Amino acid sequence: MTAAIRVRGLTKTYGDHRAVDGLDLDVHHGEVFALLGPNGAGKTTTVEILEGFRGRDGGEVAVLGTDPQGAPRGWRDRIGIVLQTTGGLDLLTPREALRSTARCYSHPRDVDEVVEATGLTEKVDARIAGLSGGQKRRLDVALGIVGGPELLFLDEPTTGFDPQARRDFWALIRGLAEDGTTILLTTHYLDEAEHLADRVGVIAAGALLALDTPAALGGRRTGEATVSWEDEGVPRSLVTAEPTAEVARLAARFGGEVPELTVTRPSLEDTYLGLIAPHVTTATEEVPA
Amino acid sequence: MNTLALGFDRTALELRMYSREKEAVFFSFLFPILLLSLFSVIFSSQFDDPGGMTAGQYFLPGMVAAGVVLTSFQTMALSVATERDDGTLKRLRSTPMPPVAYFLGKVGLVAVSSVTQMVLLLVVARLAFGVELPTSPDRWAVFAAVFLLGLVGGTVLGVAYSSLSTARSIGAVVIGPMLVLQFISGVYIGWDSVPGWLQQVAAVFPLKWIAQGMRSVFFPDGMASTEMAGSWETGRTLLVLAAWAVGGLVLCTRTFRWSKRGTV
Repeated sequence: MTAAIRVRGLTKTYGDHRAVDGLDLDVHHGEVFALLGPNGAGKTTTVEILEGFRGRDGGEVAVLGTDPQGAPRGWRDRIGIVLQTTGGLDLLTPREALRSTARCYSHPRDVDEVVEATGLTEKVDARIAGLSGGQKRRLDVALGIVGGPELLFLDEPTTGFDPQARRDFWALIRGLAEDGTTILLTTHYLDEAEHLADRVGVIAAGALLALDTPAALGGRRTGEATVSWEDEGVPRSLVTAEPTAEVARLAARFGGEVPELTVTRPSLEDTYLGLIAPHVTTATEEVPA
Repeated sequence: MNTLALGFDRTALELRMYSREKEAVFFSFLFPILLLSLFSVIFSSQFDDPGGMTAGQYFLPGMVAAGVVLTSFQTMALSVATERDDGTLKRLRSTPMPPVAYFLGKVGLVAVSSVTQMVLLLVVARLAFGVELPTSPDRWAVFAAVFLLGLVGGTVLGVAYSSLSTARSIGAVVIGPMLVLQFISGVYIGWDSVPGWLQQVAAVFPLKWIAQGMRSVFFPDGMASTEMAGSWETGRTLLVLAAWAVGGLVLCTRTFRWSKRGTV
């Protein structure tokens, strides 16, 4: 089976700046793939190339088997795009916006069903101008999925959400994934990637640095762990590649329960920050004269 | 759905949005009707010659011309620039909707809003201010031709003009020059009181020709002597408007962009 998205040696240059520099990427059918990376890593450029909104300077790209550059209209019938902002709909209601969008597709989903799935039932006939930020974002998703896409692009979907809204949103996305929609997600939030993604790709300086499941990214599963405990009231900790042996040793020494014992693996965030550290230039604060 | 059906669908949506936007309704749809009413009342005492023109009759052609450019050029320039900036165009482009459907929707909006406005304007002129409307088919044929060419030109030029600016400043970029043009083209003040050299400037732009064409429809024939050429120049009027429409179409198809500068 061909991949839903296949990218080989993708390059895109703006002036002297190589925004995307030889990127390879495969996204399988039916998976949720999260693309992580610092600002300016080339995430948005890559996604916009995949969405057919931007041209490229080199490399091969196939999205659902079609080159997005100059793809026929029929190709758009099979993909859904959740844009970063939905403007220009203020004067309409969610029902009106969704209906008119659904009519553009050959196999749209039922509007009422999409409204319910995105939790917009109460606001379906209200002016979009009066919707809250979270509701507008859910409308963006509703607009992205109303065409019944095989592949959905989600660009930083939960920026500005409160914690409850994010949880609800994640449930919505997981529901779509369970129905078999392939999802490419970009995000700044590591917990979001950890909750939603089957696989995570870390991109910096326009190239893929690491690619794995969230649990195994950057050798998290097998790398060094931190063992902490308390020794006569003094907190102690140790970084080791063999935490089990260390715990056994401690257990023997204490002759049973080790006070305040914890074993922690690096969080996805630690791993991620470690991966991108060489590529991130720390912003120097300007001192006002 | 086919392109035509989607075009109708877009038209319905455009009309719905237009009617809900108070600024658009006031400044493009109702404006000429309000101004005609205002001018007819304010200047009534200056038009009291028995047998002469009434204020309503005198200002009607200008208001008709203003209506044409407001509902076509101004509406298009403002809405397309805004839609390019706020991501509407990008969103539409992310769907399989054929681009033509978007433009059909705009054409539908201009057609419905301008015809409705024109009917209202003429009804108000006739019933409220007693303006005698022409009875000869020839005059109405000229009216239809000038109206149609004016709308087509205004629409395509408006779309082209939208590329000049971003949504934040498009209001000023459109409304400022439009206001100047309306003053020097004989819309708000009588054409015969515009100085000759300004008339020359105005003659470059289509609004002057729309207004002149409409004067030839609604003014008594005797008024033709007050025109630049001393006659209505109907043939020339249609030719200039057709040239603007064709030029505007070429310009609009060459310059149209779906996204803001810097993206594809």
